[in-house]
Amino acid sequence: MGLKTFDGGVHPADGKELSKDKPIKELLPEGELIFPVSQHIGAPATPIVAVGDAVLKGQKIAEAGGFVSSPIYSSVSGIVKSIGKHRVTTGDMVDSIVIESDGEFKEVEYTPVDDISTLSNEEIINKIKEAGVVGMGGAGFPTHVKLSPKEPDKIEYIIANCAECEPYLTSDYRRMVEQPEKLVEGMRIILQLFPKAKGIFGIEDNKPDCIETIAKLVASEPRMEVCPLMTKYPQGGERQLIHATTGRDINSKMLPADAGCIVDNVETMVAIYNAVKLGQPLTNRIFTVTGDAVCEPRNFYISIGTNYKQLLEAAGGLIHPAQKMIAGGPMMGFSMFDIDVPTTKTTSALLCMTEDEASKYETTACINCGRCVEACPEKLVPSRLADYGERHQMAEFEKWYGLECVECGSCSYVCPARRPLAQSVKTMKKQVLAEKRKQK
Amino acid sequence: MSDLLHVSSNPHVRDKVDTQRIMLLVIISLMPATIFGIINFGPSALLLVAVSIISCVLSEYIFERIVHKKSTIKDLSAVVTGLLLALNLPPTLPWWMAALGGVFAIVVVKMLFGGLGQNFMNPALGARCFLLISFTGPMTTFVYDGVASATPLALLKAGEPVNTMSMLLGQTGGTIGETSAICLLIGAIFLILCGVIDLRIPGTYIVTFVIFITIFGGHGLDMNYIVAQLCGGGLMLGAFFMATDYVTSPITPNGKIIFGICLGVLTGLFRIFGASAEGVSYAIIFSNLLVPLIERFTIPRAFGVVKEKKGGDK
Repeated sequence: MGLKTFDGGVHPADGKELSKDKPIKELLPEGELIFPVSQHIGAPATPIVAVGDAVLKGQKIAEAGGFVSSPIYSSVSGIVKSIGKHRVTTGDMVDSIVIESDGEFKEVEYTPVDDISTLSNEEIINKIKEAGVVGMGGAGFPTHVKLSPKEPDKIEYIIANCAECEPYLTSDYRRMVEQPEKLVEGMRIILQLFPKAKGIFGIEDNKPDCIETIAKLVASEPRMEVCPLMTKYPQGGERQLIHATTGRDINSKMLPADAGCIVDNVETMVAIYNAVKLGQPLTNRIFTVTGDAVCEPRNFYISIGTNYKQLLEAAGGLIHPAQKMIAGGPMMGFSMFDIDVPTTKTTSALLCMTEDEASKYETTACINCGRCVEACPEKLVPSRLADYGERHQMAEFEKWYGLECVECGSCSYVCPARRPLAQSVKTMKKQVLAEKRKQK
Repeated sequence: MSDLLHVSSNPHVRDKVDTQRIMLLVIISLMPATIFGIINFGPSALLLVAVSIISCVLSEYIFERIVHKKSTIKDLSAVVTGLLLALNLPPTLPWWMAALGGVFAIVVVKMLFGGLGQNFMNPALGARCFLLISFTGPMTTFVYDGVASATPLALLKAGEPVNTMSMLLGQTGGTIGETSAICLLIGAIFLILCGVIDLRIPGTYIVTFVIFITIFGGHGLDMNYIVAQLCGGGLMLGAFFMATDYVTSPITPNGKIIFGICLGVLTGLFRIFGASAEGVSYAIIFSNLLVPLIERFTIPRAFGVVKEKKGGDK
């Protein structure tokens, strides 16, 4: 039997060999750290410290701004220098708290829990909420909201997203190699919340060592299993992963919970473990600095808020001039015009490329070849949607299911005419959604 | 300026395959049939292939110069059109007719509608039909081994026996590139393996056609008759190399199937009930016209979208 997977998708060069064998190294930040108050989907957090305040590592500096929101903690001890707008990876200016590290990393005392099984569901979810845990794969959806579905009894699968399908990224891989037990413990906590659910670790088969170690770890766990997946992008896309592991399908109007599933990525599960078992808030994460322009590609254990510049320096700086610097991977990451920006809960990598492939080629006429249709994991017709987008034909765009696009970029990747298909579809999708909100 | 970082929307990497590479693969795949045609029919065939390709490329170049558009001849699509046109011509055709066909294919069928990707009809076939109507005599005279004779398909229509083995190999009268089923199949397999085409269109085309002639051909399940019908005329060339033309076939997966069925039925109709023994060219250009309609009815349902119940919202 073949490996589990989804229809469509692409096979970009994975580039993981640059950093996959580099052990996680702790990187202590220096100087100023910046904490944007919006590191998650939902309402921005509200600062609860004032300029001049002394803070400890692990101290809350911003309170959640509502239910769908998340608090923010300092990852260093030091003094609050300023509160104001700072640029983030997407290029936006976001209200941020700037803390000057005193270099001592004095930490708040955490209260670990000896026996998690004595905790009630409310207590667990509250701990996760208070620790500021959000989806760390990139979306940043507050985890406590995800873990509070309307009908908890209907949750049948908890899926650990261990696919790491995005090329070049190796942070989840290193986490699974070095600390797989934390991931499994994180899963155990979620399974405690949903007694009817089964835990599945979906891992791409380009990480056979992880499949083996985790399979061994869960061998005696009746409620957990490993599901090896075909290595294909975007295997780790939420809808694709649910399909591959459970055979269930969801569309843009549904949540995974509607199909009885909850999906969390590796780093998030580890954060859940840290929050519930150790009582630690989210202040650190694994981060990959890689790309052919980087001197020594590395995986770091970073303090959230550390500047990208410092991370690049820690990886030995640039060996070749970089034409493009990307926050995240090459398929869905953001290209940055300046790397003087802070890391957040959701940023997992800095990719520096000597050559910008995307602008190297010239766009030519669409030859209707259908490669984008074959590649689209959502079974859309991207070339048509891009046309409708460029001509602003909203009705046609919706009729051809344009709103179902997951923005994975597979269509642009395969297009032999080098059309920026994903960009056109994404832009139109935003406009249609904005129009719909206006009508409501 | 060059020190600034590039900023663009994701994705930041691209596949290596581009339009030029695809066209090159198509040209390579047509080489067995082309070379066989030249060996089979001699230097006159080589002359027609050369004239047709040069005419197409030159027409595109000159047209784009005149209308001040950027030259697109590098994408090799004009070469493909020229080659396909030549393979659809009888080897004895005067060279200037081939040149005229090339101009018609590029200027009238392709460029006037907006160039690559915008034509609604296969340029090579459009030109073939234009030549067939304008110069019916030279376009339907097939000389083989120095003797003007009927094509196997015409013999078949007249109820006379044909040699299926020589049809398979291509040692019969016909257009330059259509005679050898074997050579065309080698090229087709190459294209399929390279991922340039898939079997949706040619597969359904051929299966539908076989079913149609079995029912209406008057010979029942006569293998000899079916093989002769498949190898005769432009069916192999049309099914694998012209019906699969990206621009003029549906982009939707189900649309490709319907397109293939249309082709099979139309080819069967034209061959069995039509005046001529041939039918592939007209079947393809007629089906080309149906493409927008087919696409409208075959919009693929997006992943995870549940079929709406009839009489639901409205």
